[in-house]
Amino acid sequence: MAEMIAKGETPEILFWVGCSGSFDDRAKKITKAIVRILNHVGVKFAVLGTEESCTGDPAKRAGNEFLFQMQAFQNITVLNGYAVKKIVTGCPHCFNTIRNEYPELGGKYEVVHHTQLVQELINSGKLKVQGGEFKGKKIVYHDPCYLGRANDVYEAPRNVIQKLDVELAEMKRSRANGLCCGAGGAQMFKEAEKGNKEVNNERAEEALALNPDVIAVGCPFCNTMMTDGVKHFNKEGKTKVLDVAELIASANDL
Amino acid sequence: MVSSIVFIILFLAGSAFFFINAKKVRRNILLGKDISIKDNKGERIKIMTLIALGQKKMFTRPIPAILHLFLYTAFVITQIELLEIIWDGALGHHRAFRPALGGFYTFMVSFIEILSVLAFIGTIAFLSRRNLLKVPRLVKSELNGWPKLDANFILLGELTLICFIFMMNGADEVLYSRGASHAKNLGDGSLGLTISSHLGPVLFGGMSDGALHVIERIGWWGHIVMVFGFLNYLPFSKHIHILLAFPNTYFSNLKPKGEFRNLFEVTDVVKPNFDPSYQPVLDPNAPVKFGAKDATDLTWKQLLDAYTCTECGRCTSACPQNITGKKLSPRKIMMDTRDRIEDIGKNIDKNDGKFVDDGKSLLGDYITAEEIWACNTCNACVQECPVNIDPLGIIMDLRQQLVLEQSAAPAALNNMFGNIENNGAPWQFSPNDRANWINEN
Repeated sequence: MAEMIAKGETPEILFWVGCSGSFDDRAKKITKAIVRILNHVGVKFAVLGTEESCTGDPAKRAGNEFLFQMQAFQNITVLNGYAVKKIVTGCPHCFNTIRNEYPELGGKYEVVHHTQLVQELINSGKLKVQGGEFKGKKIVYHDPCYLGRANDVYEAPRNVIQKLDVELAEMKRSRANGLCCGAGGAQMFKEAEKGNKEVNNERAEEALALNPDVIAVGCPFCNTMMTDGVKHFNKEGKTKVLDVAELIASANDL
Repeated sequence: MVSSIVFIILFLAGSAFFFINAKKVRRNILLGKDISIKDNKGERIKIMTLIALGQKKMFTRPIPAILHLFLYTAFVITQIELLEIIWDGALGHHRAFRPALGGFYTFMVSFIEILSVLAFIGTIAFLSRRNLLKVPRLVKSELNGWPKLDANFILLGELTLICFIFMMNGADEVLYSRGASHAKNLGDGSLGLTISSHLGPVLFGGMSDGALHVIERIGWWGHIVMVFGFLNYLPFSKHIHILLAFPNTYFSNLKPKGEFRNLFEVTDVVKPNFDPSYQPVLDPNAPVKFGAKDATDLTWKQLLDAYTCTECGRCTSACPQNITGKKLSPRKIMMDTRDRIEDIGKNIDKNDGKFVDDGKSLLGDYITAEEIWACNTCNACVQECPVNIDPLGIIMDLRQQLVLEQSAAPAALNNMFGNIENNGAPWQFSPNDRANWINEN
C-alpha cells in the first residue's frame, strides 16, 4: 500500500490478508490463490503488509475488549490514513469485525468477503470460470459461522462453486443451521473443555458421510479444523479440504 | 345469585393476584441495566408478528411446530369463549351469546371444540415426547427437578382444561336435546356443537338430568378455575412465554448476529490514545464494572430473554459444544439467569425493598467458568431460538467480567492476548514477517 501511494496510485481495493493468511503455511496458499485471481482479472489492489495487524476478533470474542479496541483503533488509523474505501478479506472473522464492529469506532468501509468478490467478478464478466480438474467432482460446502449466520452470506460461495460444473452436495446442517468447525470464539487458541468428542471431528464426520472429493470452505480456521478432522478419519487420500478461492484458481490454471 | 358472587370474587381475586405477581416479574426484569430500544418500530412490529404471532421460527422443526400450533391456536381462539363464560358467570346467565349470535355462535364454539381435540392430541404427544420417547433435548440434566415438573404440570393442566370443556359442552348437549338445559331453548333440538353433539350422548347419554347438571357445572367451574389457575401460575413458570414472547421478539436484535457490542466504557479510555482531539465523556473517578458478574449487571433485555425462555432446548441441541459432550448448554445459561434474578427479587422482597448481599453471583454460583469458556460464539443458539433469545450475549458479558475484572482467562488465551499485544497476531510471529508470503513460493 505504502509503495502504491508513494507512486501516486490509488488501489481499487485493499486486500486484508489476516493473520492466518499471512503466517499460517496452509492459509498462505489461500492468500496466494486470492492474489492470483485478482491479478488475473487485473484488479488494482494493495495489501498493508507489515502495517496490517490483527483485527482484534479473537481478543474480543475471548472477552478482552480493551485489547480489541486497541487493535481496532490502530488499524482504523492506518486504513483511514490511506483513505481506504473498499476492502476484501480472506477470512470471515476479519470480514465480520471490520464490516460490523469498526464503523462505530470510526472505520467505515465497504467490506466484502473474497467469495463475494469472486462472485462479483464472475457476474460482471471479468472472470470466466471453468470446471477444470474439478468438473463432475462432488464438493460439499461448509458454512463458516462468521460468514453465514453472523452475516447471512450463504449463496455467494455456493454460486461460485456451482460455476465449476461440480456436484454441490449439502450437509443436513447447512446454511443457517450449519455446524461450527470448532475454531470460533477463540477456541482455536486453547484446548477444548472436557467432553466426549472434538467439534471439528463431529463436523468432518458429517461432511465425510457424503463421501465428497472436496470439502470447500471459506475460512482459514475452518480449513485447519476440517483438515484435522479429515485426517482424524484417515480420509486425506480421498477428500481434500480447499478454500473456494483455491478451487477457482486451480480449476482455471491461475 | 350465590354463584355470581362466588364467580365475581374468584374473578377479582384471580386477576389481582396475577397482577401483583406479574408486577414482581416486571420489577425483576427492570433490575437489569437500562438500555434504550426505541428504533425501527415498524420493523419490530413486523418481526413480532412473524415470529411471536406467526410462529415462523418454530417451523424449522415441522412436527413439534404443528403440534404446538394446535395448542397455540386452541388457546388463542378459546379466549373468545372465555368472554361468554365471564359474562355468564358474573350475571348468572347460561350461554348468553347463543341467541344473539345464532349460527355464528355454533360455528365459533364448534371451531373451538375441533381445536381443543387437536390440542388434546398435541398435549398427549408432548407428554409422550418428554416422558416416554425421551427426546434428548427434553431430558437433559438441567431439566431435572422443578423444570421437568413444571413442564408436566402445564401439559397435564391443559389436558384437564380440555376435559372440562367437553364435560361442560357434552352434558349440556344431552340436556338441551331433552329440553332440560339452562340455555335458552330455541326449539332446534341440539346446540349443534360439532364434537359434543356426538361425544355428549356417548359419554353421558344414560344419565339423569340431575347428574348431567352436576357434570355440566363441574365442567364449567372447572374450566374457569383452571383458566385462573393457569393465569396465576404463569409468573412462577416457564409458561409465561405465552405472554413475553411478544415483547421479547419486539425488542429483538436487528443488527447482524456477528456484530458484538463495543463497550463504550472502553472506547472512552482507548480512543484518546489515537485521537488526541477526543475528549472523554465518562468521569474517570467513577467506578466502572466491565462485563457482568451478577444478573443485575445484565440489561433488562437480557433478563426479559431469561423470563421468556420456555426451556425447549433447541439452542442446546444446536450447540456444537453441547453436541460434543461439553458442559455448556445455552438453555442452562438462560435458566440460571432467571433463577438468579428471581433469587435476587425474593431477597429484595424479604429485606423491605433492598437487596442484602447473599454472597452469591450469577458467575461462579450459577454459571461456571468452564461452561462459558467452551462457547464457539457461533450463534447457532441465537439462530435456533423460536422467540429470539440471545444466550451468546450473556456468555460474552460473563467472559468480559472474567478477563477484565478478574484476570481469570485460561492461560492459553492469556498467551494469545500477549501475542496480539506484542506481535499484532494471535501467534508468536514477528510482525516484520507479516508480508513474507509475498516472496515465498
